[in-house]
Amino acid sequence: MTESLAITKLSDLANPTRFMALVARLVPWLAAITALLFAVGLYMSFTTEGDYQQGDTVRIMYVHVPAAWLAMMCYTIMALSAIGTLVWRHPLADVSHKAAAPLGAAFTLLALITGSLWGKPMWGTWWTWGDARLTSVFILFLMYLGLIALNRAIDDPSRAARVAAVLILVGFVNIPIIKFSVEWWNTLHQKSSVLRLDGPTIDPEFLRPLLVMALAFTLLFFTLHLLAMRNEILRRRVSAQRRMSARIASRGDAA
Amino acid sequence: MKYAFYVFTSYGVAGVMTLCLIAWVWLDGRARRQELAELEASGFRRRSSRPAPETPDDMGGETKA
Amino acid sequence: MIALLSRDLKLSVRAGGGALIGVLFFTAVVAVIPFGVGPDLNLLARIGPAIVWIGALLSSLLGLDRMFQTDREDGSLDLMLMQEHPLVLTVLIKCLAHWLGHGLPLVIASPLLGLFMNMDEMAIGATMATLLVGTPALTFIGAVGAAVAVALPRGGLLVSILVLPLAIPVLIFGVSAAYAAVEEPAPFLPPFLILIAITMFFAVLGPLGAALALRNADD
Repeated sequence: MTESLAITKLSDLANPTRFMALVARLVPWLAAITALLFAVGLYMSFTTEGDYQQGDTVRIMYVHVPAAWLAMMCYTIMALSAIGTLVWRHPLADVSHKAAAPLGAAFTLLALITGSLWGKPMWGTWWTWGDARLTSVFILFLMYLGLIALNRAIDDPSRAARVAAVLILVGFVNIPIIKFSVEWWNTLHQKSSVLRLDGPTIDPEFLRPLLVMALAFTLLFFTLHLLAMRNEILRRRVSAQRRMSARIASRGDAA
Repeated sequence: MKYAFYVFTSYGVAGVMTLCLIAWVWLDGRARRQELAELEASGFRRRSSRPAPETPDDMGGETKA
Repeated sequence: MIALLSRDLKLSVRAGGGALIGVLFFTAVVAVIPFGVGPDLNLLARIGPAIVWIGALLSSLLGLDRMFQTDREDGSLDLMLMQEHPLVLTVLIKCLAHWLGHGLPLVIASPLLGLFMNMDEMAIGATMATLLVGTPALTFIGAVGAAVAVALPRGGLLVSILVLPLAIPVLIFGVSAAYAAVEEPAPFLPPFLILIAITMFFAVLGPLGAALALRNADD
């Protein structure tokens, strides 16, 4: 059983054992780069100038915006994994969207909390229900929670994965709504100033720390996601072992 | 800093959340590995980790069903 | 197809069918509000359309797990999965039957409940119209949740949790349109049309998702 653990083709990633080996090799690097980026990003966040209008609260943007981007990116990754589950029955796709759900929920919650902390000094209120972006991000948070609940409710992992995949894809309509809510409706939340067709309108002074922090958070997400996927694979191995041992034990009794 | 409370709380929450996520992933991984180690210690082996073909032994706890 | 429709309708109106229970729950929710909020008639009239809508939403969520549960219990779900007819069409018909049996009664009951909330005729009419257009959306969205949770023992609660995030926009636009009809400056037509658009959008996405979930729920 000494097949090479080298990854020669992309399809080799489908093999969980090879995937685990890849994770073991990759994660230390990812973690190190993430830590470095956070160090640089945090330094930049606190040493660049404050905004003329918003003062120092603009520094909240350096956590809030990456968290929000991640919340949406995580759901998009889950949607891609969901397609992998439904179309190709790819085993790692199941693991991917199950492992990503708690991460997505956490980042969405972070976006909501930091948004409130930014909104209080800026808009004078912690929250407003009449805003399309706030509402749709809150809905995204509820969707993540629902998916986590669904994954826990169904025992059979592959059935849970397929059914969750359907739900993820149906819920994907929310993502464009979140993105374009500030354009389509009159919202309290400000309009997009970075990811726009005409290019960013934000001053480079603020764009640089923002991008560094965004990159740091993104790599953090990927590190955590890979590790969570590995944990999930281990969890499935444990339960498979247990079932097998129960079967053998009952055969042993019967014999 | 005028709005120090809000800025520091934001970064604080972000930091706490990040640490919680890292802790969750790490502790979960440790628990799984412990469970696997316990199962292996009680005699069950994964099919692919068997070193060489042995004489068939039904009650030896091999996972080959 | 017509046979399936009429069968489902008859089942839902029957004693254990749940259509009446849905209306009763709707009535209970709306009737309890004045007790909780107090007898201030102006306040009741102001929150009336919203309360009626929330009652309809909750009642719809309640009746959703019934959509496929009974079929699964007596085996007809397996028969439906084996049909030559596309499962999407079958689900669409079931949604239609479910709405006629559960949603439409809510719409018909809403004027009476509007009176509980001291709403005037304009408000009652607007609320009824938005409910008429919006409750099918709730059924279509709910079909996905119902299909996903069909095999779970305590699926009912989970269905509500899964369906609620997607149902919130329906509530928002429904209430927004109802209020717009009452308060002069806000236009009624845009949110009303968006509500219709949402219903039509989910008329496609709902049965598609539900059919996909049903196929994947058994194995």
